[in-house]
Amino acid sequence: MDMKFKGMKPSRRSFLTGAAAAGVGSVAATVAKGQTAPDPAITELQDWQVYLGDGVDAAPYGMPSKHESHVVRRTVEWLTADNVSSINFTPLHELDGIITPNGVCFERHHGGAAEIDPAEHRLMINGLVDKELVFTMEDLMRFPRENHVYFLECAANTGMEWAGAQLNGCQFTHGMIHNVMYTGIPLKLLLAEAGLKTNAKWILPEGADASAMTRSIPIEKALDDCLVAFKMNGEALRTEQGYPVRLVVPGWEGNMWVKWLRRIEVGDEPWHHREETSKYTDLLEDGTARRFTWEMDAKSVITNPSPQAPLTHGPGYTVLTGVAWSGRGTIPRVDVTLDGGKNWHQARMSGPSLNKSMHRFYFEFEWDGKPLLLQSRAHDSTGYVQPTKNQLREWRGENSIYHNNGIQTWYVNEKGEAENVEIS
Amino acid sequence: MSKFPNQLALVAVATTSVVALSVGLSERAAYRADLAAAEAQAMAEETQAAEASAVAEVAEAETVVTEEVTEEVVAEAEVVEEAVEEPAEDVVAEAPVAEDAPAEEMHAGMAFEGGTSRPALFVGAAWAESHESPMIGELEGITFDLGREALPEEVAAWNIDIRPDGQGLPVGSGDVWTGEEVYIENCAMCHGDFGEAVGRWPVLAGGWDTLTHEDPVKTPGSYWPYLSTVWDYVHRAMPYGQAQSLTDDEVYAITAYLLYLNNLVDDDFELSNENFTEVRLPNEDGFFMDDREEGEIPAFSEEPCMENCKDSVEITMRATILDVTPEEEEGAEVTEAAAETSEEPATEEAAAEEAPAEEDATEMAAVDPALVEEGEGVFRKCRACHQVGEGAVNRTGPHLNGVLGRTIGGLDDFRYSGVFEEAKAAGEVWGPENLGAYLADPRGAMPGTKMSFAGLRSEDEIAAMIAYLSTFEAQ
Repeated sequence: MDMKFKGMKPSRRSFLTGAAAAGVGSVAATVAKGQTAPDPAITELQDWQVYLGDGVDAAPYGMPSKHESHVVRRTVEWLTADNVSSINFTPLHELDGIITPNGVCFERHHGGAAEIDPAEHRLMINGLVDKELVFTMEDLMRFPRENHVYFLECAANTGMEWAGAQLNGCQFTHGMIHNVMYTGIPLKLLLAEAGLKTNAKWILPEGADASAMTRSIPIEKALDDCLVAFKMNGEALRTEQGYPVRLVVPGWEGNMWVKWLRRIEVGDEPWHHREETSKYTDLLEDGTARRFTWEMDAKSVITNPSPQAPLTHGPGYTVLTGVAWSGRGTIPRVDVTLDGGKNWHQARMSGPSLNKSMHRFYFEFEWDGKPLLLQSRAHDSTGYVQPTKNQLREWRGENSIYHNNGIQTWYVNEKGEAENVEIS
Repeated sequence: MSKFPNQLALVAVATTSVVALSVGLSERAAYRADLAAAEAQAMAEETQAAEASAVAEVAEAETVVTEEVTEEVVAEAEVVEEAVEEPAEDVVAEAPVAEDAPAEEMHAGMAFEGGTSRPALFVGAAWAESHESPMIGELEGITFDLGREALPEEVAAWNIDIRPDGQGLPVGSGDVWTGEEVYIENCAMCHGDFGEAVGRWPVLAGGWDTLTHEDPVKTPGSYWPYLSTVWDYVHRAMPYGQAQSLTDDEVYAITAYLLYLNNLVDDDFELSNENFTEVRLPNEDGFFMDDREEGEIPAFSEEPCMENCKDSVEITMRATILDVTPEEEEGAEVTEAAAETSEEPATEEAAAEEAPAEEDATEMAAVDPALVEEGEGVFRKCRACHQVGEGAVNRTGPHLNGVLGRTIGGLDDFRYSGVFEEAKAAGEVWGPENLGAYLADPRGAMPGTKMSFAGLRSEDEIAAMIAYLSTFEAQ
């Protein structure tokens, strides 16, 4: 993916219009404080108070309320040549808590979303093993399984922002992430079933899709916490997330979590395939590149307010919230600033604090109606502190595309409208 | 799995019994295990009874299946006996682990995994408690006896990966000139005749000395470290939308041509499995192992300032100036459109049931909805290059709205192959017959066509595709 926009603008856009539309879409008419006339929402009978609603089974598989139809994944068309090998983004500004609903988990395909009949799906283990094996889905369902909540972040998340503020909305700047509870088989059990030879040092998971996605993963990680997962948030994996079975590589870049997993080869050296050489390597300013940058650094973003989720209520008490995560552990602390980093406050963490999972933070404050420069800064359990974008650029330059975990700034004006900016 | 619930229950009996035996737990645990075993046994009997009565109603052929099942059940029962005899050994084998971990923890671990009993889980429970990774040695000899051995032909069919040291390369060869032909036919429509790329598709040639520039161009010649990556990727995933359709020799030839486009070999070069590893790409030494731990991470691990950290703050850059965020309104429209579409079929069906309007009836009679649906599936093979439906535009291939009844080569804004221009000049029009012939054998029906598609295999697929395409009118 070429991450920098070059060429014609897609269309004229006023971010103010966009913000207003977002507001109207999600918020019902606000009742003014000084209201003297009675509120018709109270004094008049509403249809739903009078007429019967749908019976059970009106929707055998339930969908969100029609009033939530704006909560969808969205793509940025100019990012890729074609929407089959492309990406869309999780609407982080519309979500709360730590779990991402299955229907809005961002998608990244390299050869489209393969539609696989589970009866025809096989998982093969071959290479440096005592016995090369083939499993059916039925076989896999008979292995012991575990449940874990993990974030999956694309290495290119925030990749469009290396050279400066580019996209207006945390969905676009930070939405290549989701956080899901996986049910799966510890990979170490499957490898033990085949029996690793002593020179087994790497594995190569491979997808059954038209891109036959492959990545090299060191055996230490494979035997540590990797899962071969078939459920997400309790139900079968979605087609676009690798149905019927995918690899889970906790804390490591999303590209390695091979979807539609059909084969795991065991070898003594890495394979240096396309997605670990020409892509997913981090080009530095001097022209050399880091390879095998697997772990995702600690990162956070304020999801509300943000460009797609402006403050619509005027001055007064308000709730600032966001998410934070680290590929190396948990997030015990997030700092928040309202004045562009002059003064920082510790945010309130809420919800489960799980290893390599998204964390939720809140910071409630009285907004005086003056402009704000909002930032959040994650601290992970190893003591690592999320850097500013400029600190990051000092190490990486602006061409590395991947692993941009710099601190995000939102400028909120007097009207409560928010914009993606960078500050001194 | 659910086909054999009785077996499952029996396995449950086996495993639960072994828990009590192998771990040698307290009386209470043993008692609980007995309860579970009894329950599982009861379940097994119930399921068997239910199945027996169901079986009585079905044909003879299925009775045979039931017999097989029964045999398997017997086999499982034998396993149960074996398993019951084994535990003493298991306990001995696991003794060192038991010494390391307090008995209570072990107990908790067992409960956590649902009371299963195989030694592997016993170890697994210990891992879960300690949060430590197992060593490979600990796993030796522990299996679940699931899956089956892969046959050599099966491994050969899927084991297609190539490594920098040449491991995995099949015997074969291809030269630059052949490579150019194969490339022009299969790759040039996206990557350009000289690897310069069309639109935003990847550039495959040039880019030398751009890695330190503002806009680096990463090609095999400028960036990729190993030639094996080119061979592997072209073979496994290209041409886009027609993966794994190239022969090994064609892949060698394309790889040779890409080396030529990158000025790395002369035009008389032939690449083969023999000389493959002699070819080195210029940027092989341009990569180094992730070193964040040595520099960045320590630098980013200091306690940050919390109060009075700076005197002033200026906005230095704004996303609104660049203005490349997709319109919010567009998103809303898409959502509405999607909602409308999802509601439409129901409305149409309802209308059709009541009293189909005459016009609709004539139109609908011509196209079998099931065939259209099948055609939609077949169209997956085409959509890498062709668009159809609302908003369809020309991509690598022309859009296909209203293609039936359209003059061949009739879109003014698409650059067709010569053979299409000729057909257009002759006033030929696409109909079910000539389109069917073209779909069956593109290069046979339209010699010289740029379309790299090999053709649809079956008459059914062709009929389905034509039915599907006929539902899209020109817009």
